[in-house]
Amino acid sequence: MNITLRVWRQKGPGDEGRMVNYELSDVSPDMSFLEMLDVLNEKLTLQDEDPIAFDHDCREGICGACGVVIDGEAHGPEVTTTCQLHMRSFEDGDTITVEPWRAKAFPVVKDLVVDRGAFDRIIQAGGYISAPTGTAPDAHATPVPKADADRAFDAATCIGCGACVAACPNASGMLFTAAKVTHLGMLPQGQPERATRVVKMVNQHDEEDFGGCTNIGECAAVCPKGIPLDTISQLNRDLLGSLSKGVG
Amino acid sequence: MSDNDLYIEGAPIRDEKAPEGPINERWDKRRFSAKLVNPANRRKLSVIVVGTGLAGASAAATLGEAGYNVTSFCYQDSPRRAHSIAAQGGINAAKNYRNDGDSIHRLFYDTVKGGDFRSRESNVYRLAQTSVEIIDQCVAQGVPFAREYGGLLDNRSFGGVQVSRTFYARGQTGQQLLIGAYQALERQVAAGSVTMNTRHEMLEVIVVDGKARGIIARDMVTGEIETHFADAVVLATGGYGNVFFLSTNAMGCNVTAAWRAHRKGALFANPCYTQIHPTCIPVSGEYQSKLTLMSESLRNDGRIWVPKKTGDDRDPRQIPEEERDYYLERIYPSFGNLVPRDIASRAAKNVCDEGRGVGPGGLGVYLDFADAITRMGRAAVEAKYGNLFDMYQRITGENPYEVPMRIYPAVHYTMGGLWVDYDLQSTIPGLFVTGEANFSDHGANRLGASALMQGLADGYFVLPNTINDYLAAGPFESIDESHPDAVAAKEQVTSRIEKLLSVNGSRTVDSFHKELGHIMWDYCGMERNEEGLTKAIERIRELRAEFWRDVKVLGTNDELNQALEKAGRVADFLELGELMCVDALHRRESCGGHFRSESQTEDGEALRHDDEFAYVAAWEFGGENEKPVLHKEALEYEYVEMKQRSYK
Repeated sequence: MNITLRVWRQKGPGDEGRMVNYELSDVSPDMSFLEMLDVLNEKLTLQDEDPIAFDHDCREGICGACGVVIDGEAHGPEVTTTCQLHMRSFEDGDTITVEPWRAKAFPVVKDLVVDRGAFDRIIQAGGYISAPTGTAPDAHATPVPKADADRAFDAATCIGCGACVAACPNASGMLFTAAKVTHLGMLPQGQPERATRVVKMVNQHDEEDFGGCTNIGECAAVCPKGIPLDTISQLNRDLLGSLSKGVG
Repeated sequence: MSDNDLYIEGAPIRDEKAPEGPINERWDKRRFSAKLVNPANRRKLSVIVVGTGLAGASAAATLGEAGYNVTSFCYQDSPRRAHSIAAQGGINAAKNYRNDGDSIHRLFYDTVKGGDFRSRESNVYRLAQTSVEIIDQCVAQGVPFAREYGGLLDNRSFGGVQVSRTFYARGQTGQQLLIGAYQALERQVAAGSVTMNTRHEMLEVIVVDGKARGIIARDMVTGEIETHFADAVVLATGGYGNVFFLSTNAMGCNVTAAWRAHRKGALFANPCYTQIHPTCIPVSGEYQSKLTLMSESLRNDGRIWVPKKTGDDRDPRQIPEEERDYYLERIYPSFGNLVPRDIASRAAKNVCDEGRGVGPGGLGVYLDFADAITRMGRAAVEAKYGNLFDMYQRITGENPYEVPMRIYPAVHYTMGGLWVDYDLQSTIPGLFVTGEANFSDHGANRLGASALMQGLADGYFVLPNTINDYLAAGPFESIDESHPDAVAAKEQVTSRIEKLLSVNGSRTVDSFHKELGHIMWDYCGMERNEEGLTKAIERIRELRAEFWRDVKVLGTNDELNQALEKAGRVADFLELGELMCVDALHRRESCGGHFRSESQTEDGEALRHDDEFAYVAAWEFGGENEKPVLHKEALEYEYVEMKQRSYK
């Protein structure tokens, strides 16, 4: 396959960026999208041109490190992580546009690399169960109905990649926040902190300059882990309950 | 090359910390004899934890909860991305919830036997004891383990054992456990007891008066070379499987932190013990950047086979039952498809060597779910393995519900690592090593679902009860950046970076890494022999020299520079690779994942030589381009009888 890439290049956080075109031939349909970028970077290096910086690590779709906007869609044309996208999803002769996540809360570090530290700070605000090591009762002390455990699990599969934010017209991080609120809120162990957790996490979310959620649903449509949109309903319900009780 | 040309034999070494007496009382005894630090004094003590996988995040969180001042480092943009996250199958624990004869002693026995009698009994017993608490801890944190309709936890079985003791969270157990530890860590960050440094790479350890007192780290965004001090340093930096270039490790996994510590005096134990995982998606082309594991749990229901005839290239569905060779079930009737990983991998290699492999290049075997789908129904198979099947289809473009999967072994885990005593302390006082980065619990082969168990055991329960014995003597003398040892460590880092940037040769870092990977896979992979290893050592030396003469790293230090990061890691792999080959060459026996073709039984199984090699090979850095020094730690077995492993 022959491919033309239009890639966002930006030297550093304060620098101005621009789209740059690259031609790549001999692309195999079995290559992953990131392997295609590897091949391009090898070529650029040998031509004394700065290789393109992009985040990636496990390349198995689970660590959440990778993520770019491909032809206007977060993670590209398939609903999966960028590392699991393969070139067989494109046609010979295609021009592919590659950009970083665009959101005020995710400033660009270099080229396609952004700073997603805001997500860690949302978790710090309350995305945990306070269970210091050594304090736990036997694992079978509290049975969890399978339906609740499954729902918690579905929400817990979030990989924190940020595609939801990149896809949202408001650049909201609500799906990410709601996934954690739902995961912990569905489990008996998560009940004691449930009312305060949601308030603290939503406050932090807003402080980080994420946009508000207007239930558009683009987030769930691109989520590589299929986090359901109804987690946001769950979050709103918990939030309303907390606020009406004067929590927060 | 004779052994004398390769290494020098030094004095034997032994673990001084494991107490004597009945094995089930040793951990209690050690916890009691370890000096304590009272809660008010913990605030005055600082600990650096490098790495935020299961072993690092759990240690940092727990030490933070205890009241120590913790500084944590990871090279990723968030601690949640550490590669523990990719573990699929599960975590072992001797809960005996299945009432199937499991016990702490059986988990201990299975692990010692699975490790082919090359691990320490005391450590393994403690691991089995601790396993039970891990599950409790994780459930309390909200880890959503698989449950049954009654609301209780589900289990499954894994290779090398005959009980169901593996707890799991679909095919994402590592992710769920890591997120649990990550959340505990972030809770401590919010509480102010842990300071988190993301996108930081440790490049040197600072040793003052023989004690580990800090690290030099590079801020990977600005390039600033930072000096950090503490009363103790914990390395939880994972394994070194990426020395093979292609492995199931994440792209960034590296040996640099451990290797730098090794060069400063920490012994490196059993570097040649590498685990080659039997069920990975085969390589598809030269551009390939990594290999993807298909969880071992698939072997619970999938059946592994190749055609009986060589060169049979029919569609697998057209090959009738009687022309298939379910070789694991044939050779190992009592364990069948669930033999340990090393055995399953070598068996796959053997049938491929016979010309019966399938897929491109004949480097693959079938993992077939047709029987499972008939027996359980497609929906049940989907519920159990759906995400793995989807992943397979995404990567290969083939539908495993209809066509058997093709799998082939790939480098997955490294049992070797920095030598530690029972307290998890290396030979540098104040430098502790946890998780895959140490060597202690898996011997020559790790059983499935035991890496998660060890990482969390070390981080949640072992280290937080041993490090106090060392810290009780602190706080140590206050030092600042002008201390000569700190200045020297920083100078080592900056001069190395300058050197890498100034070579300006003609070959990319990846091209060297790939070449090293081929050498390691060909000569220090699933099967090793004297001739190949000797050749590998020569070729690695040449490649290393060429690297420093001809590598091309563009850009500067003062920016995010991924090629520079990679160059430093590959430079260290080029040194480690040689030590792995020396270790593999000197160990003239087969054990676990280390298979020497000169040492096998009549039917091709690994043949140990306990009279000569029942020891841990702990290597001391001998100096730049000097011979390493071998220190032997004798292994004694009081509770498990050493015998030839049999899974037949």
